[in-house]
Amino acid sequence: MLRGKNIVVMGVANKRSIAWAIARAFNAAGAKLAFTYQDERFKDKVERLVNKEMPGSLILPCNVATDTELDNLAAKLKEEWGILHGFVHSLAYARKEELDGLYADTSREGFLLAHNISAYSLVAVAQRLQPMMSEGGSIITLTFQGSQRVVPNYNVMGVAKASLEASVRYLAADLGPQEIRVNAISAGPLRTISAKGVKDFNRLLEGVEERTPLRRLATAEDVARTALFLTADMSRAVTGTVLYADCGYHIMGT
Amino acid sequence: MSVESKVKDIIADQLEVAVDKLSKETTFEDIDADSLDIVELVMALEEEFDLEISDQEIENINSVGDVVKYIESKV
Repeated sequence: MLRGKNIVVMGVANKRSIAWAIARAFNAAGAKLAFTYQDERFKDKVERLVNKEMPGSLILPCNVATDTELDNLAAKLKEEWGILHGFVHSLAYARKEELDGLYADTSREGFLLAHNISAYSLVAVAQRLQPMMSEGGSIITLTFQGSQRVVPNYNVMGVAKASLEASVRYLAADLGPQEIRVNAISAGPLRTISAKGVKDFNRLLEGVEERTPLRRLATAEDVARTALFLTADMSRAVTGTVLYADCGYHIMGT
Repeated sequence: MSVESKVKDIIADQLEVAVDKLSKETTFEDIDADSLDIVELVMALEEEFDLEISDQEIENINSVGDVVKYIESKV
């Protein structure tokens, strides 16, 4: 389904990362992949995972808070591939103390940091990589329904995800004429290293399984399949939307 | 396999240290585990032993022995 497509995957931290599940699905579908890592801490981990399962993939540094690193990423991809068919943006950050207690207590710094890394980064990457997407393409980001409803302790991340989802719509309108589609997948809740950063995340999962229409929790593999759909030709008329890969949990009242 | 050797295997695998370097007295600080390492370790333990470790409980776990004691109290 993705043979001949060059796709960048941002946000692999470990084997439980949603980005990793997506990469595996894309790899199986024939895509050529480039991975980015945030800093030295993640370099080894990403290299080990990737080199074992997908040797030959590009592995590039990109701290999305730094303009020069974003510029370097674009330059490197241009040099290595020249053409790009999409990217997966699966990254977010908020300080731990802001994922606990009252949203009302959010600091200015914490608010800006969460929005910078979790929402603006999509725009920053899109503006640099879209010139390479000359055959059209697909941009995917990951969100969570804490953007629409209040989820305990999700706090500033929910507000940043709302900003991210709005960015998806504006980017979709901007990039549509170049046949670049932009969509978000609202995942989970599922156990990832990021989710664990939210205070009492385990408690949030309690009972969810019994309440979803499909009577189970979505897995990273479920999300990956949705990502495959959104990147492949099958979804060629879908853009600017938030697609829920959550076993239907978002429609429930309780 | 005893809980202790299982726990040691998981810690060795997650944090990339040699199993024979780990004793019950080894603290996470000794093996340079940062907060993300701890989270990854907790997730691996939860998966392996099919249990849930609360945030409060994590705060009291600082060494290999603490992990073993905690797991043994739960399973």
